[in-house]
Amino acid sequence: MKVGLAQIRPHLGNVAKNLEIHKQMIKQAKEEGVELLIFPELSLMGYNLLDLTYDVACAVDSEEVQEIVSESKGMDIAFGIVERSSDHILYNSAIYASYGSVQAVHRKVYLPTYGMFDEARYFGRGESIRAFDTRFGRVGMLVCEDMWHPSAPYLLAQDRAELLIVLANSPARGVHAKGLGTQDSWDLILTSQAQFYGMFIACTQRVGTEDGVSFFGNSTAVDPFGDTLVHGPLFEESLVTFDLELDMVRRARFTTPILRDENTDLVVRELTRIQQHRRGE
Amino acid sequence: MSTQWLTDQLTAAPYLSLNEELTTQILTTALREEVNKVGFRRVILGLSGGIDSALSLYLAVRAFGAENVITVRMPYKQSSQNSLDDAGEAIQDTGVQSLTVNITPQIDAYFESFPDASPLRRGNKMARERMTILYDLSAHYEALVVGTSNRTELLLGYGTQYGDSASAINPIGDLYKTQVRQLSRYVGVPSSILSKPPSADLWENQTDEGEIGFSYFDMDRVLYHMLDLKWDRKALHKQGFSDTLINAVNKRIIRNQFKRVMPVILKVSNRTVGIDFRYLRDWGM
Repeated sequence: MKVGLAQIRPHLGNVAKNLEIHKQMIKQAKEEGVELLIFPELSLMGYNLLDLTYDVACAVDSEEVQEIVSESKGMDIAFGIVERSSDHILYNSAIYASYGSVQAVHRKVYLPTYGMFDEARYFGRGESIRAFDTRFGRVGMLVCEDMWHPSAPYLLAQDRAELLIVLANSPARGVHAKGLGTQDSWDLILTSQAQFYGMFIACTQRVGTEDGVSFFGNSTAVDPFGDTLVHGPLFEESLVTFDLELDMVRRARFTTPILRDENTDLVVRELTRIQQHRRGE
Repeated sequence: MSTQWLTDQLTAAPYLSLNEELTTQILTTALREEVNKVGFRRVILGLSGGIDSALSLYLAVRAFGAENVITVRMPYKQSSQNSLDDAGEAIQDTGVQSLTVNITPQIDAYFESFPDASPLRRGNKMARERMTILYDLSAHYEALVVGTSNRTELLLGYGTQYGDSASAINPIGDLYKTQVRQLSRYVGVPSSILSKPPSADLWENQTDEGEIGFSYFDMDRVLYHMLDLKWDRKALHKQGFSDTLINAVNKRIIRNQFKRVMPVILKVSNRTVGIDFRYLRDWGM
């Protein structure tokens, strides 16, 4: 199975332009025989929208979103939007489209609201983390900061995901003598989580700059043994492709059956106890 | 000219050291994008002969090519000839277009009415005069004004509000002075500029460090531990920083916050510019 990471440069709050960028990338990916194309977080909207969040929000069945969904005939597409719910709550959502319709929506659960981030000021919090079946196998989706909470990939792995799709927008920061702090962190998280659960992780990052904040790219795919399959370029737009052999999941889990040995009963029991303690019971 | 002293500083304070190639790539890529996306192909900047504007120049040349960078030297009659010559060397080395506008006539004409004006007033007036020239020429050349203030001086407030601090985009504002020096050496800023003591060049033999009272290396190190690492005073003492240094730096940061923000707007409506009307400059770009 051929997977594409669409490392694009979205325009801030300019949905019309971003639609064009998506369509161009979709066309290129189809020409290259990609079967699953993954865009970055908020790919149709841009990242640091602030008050623009209200202006660009779309319902999942809106014309703009459906324009991309309709392109998913013959190639599955994951992309990011500001989702407006029927009760007018905005979510930072990832859409998974296949056979021309929406197959899954993941609303970002962990909204960074510290330092340079301001997401919970604008977005409502997603309330579920669930894997879903696709024509390739079982898939889980996370959006950026979700991946920094080990419980999120943990739940998807327990929910039988073989492939974890991450839509991300990581800013370039923490430059040090040897490299880039945020790049180091992402590489560490993706390789360790893939190895822990014996699953593929495909993470698309964006590039471009918003008011001086650069997004570094380096979209990454990791195999179930924790080895990196591919890295996108730094700071440049690119369609990064790789071949994904799903049988590797079997081999990795036979070799290191960490998932089999996981004791979810113990986890639930201990978490319940910890919650009771926190509530003062 | 040897820059062993800089190597020694970065060895003594490795946390200030930057990956030069990566930092240059981030700054030139972002500079190009932020200028191009608002419809400009050219940039303009004032060249003092000092290291900050030299680094901005070399980064701009990497981002846009020498033919799209315009530099302006704006000496006053008391500015040192060395500064003018050093700026000239950078202009020659990069091959950029250059203008020289002598600001003496308008500055002297203004202060004829205020003969007792302090050096501070005169320095600020000159900085603002230079700003208006850059913005005027910006319109003429259709070139965005590139800033030249580094992180250390922004934090310490060692600059003139609406003077040298004014620009459309500043590529070096997140670099401490020591890092400006490191990157300047990497991009090939002439060694005469790299090695001379930093000066606002407002009067003869003035130096930044003489005026502020501490070396940039000491200030950068204490700023890093105070701001980046959020160390408390006890930890700062343990690292060898004196109360004199900590207090002076702390006081400057707080006292000069006004220089780092937009003018205060008094709230009346439900959506006030700068308070709850929140958009990036890159709106729709």
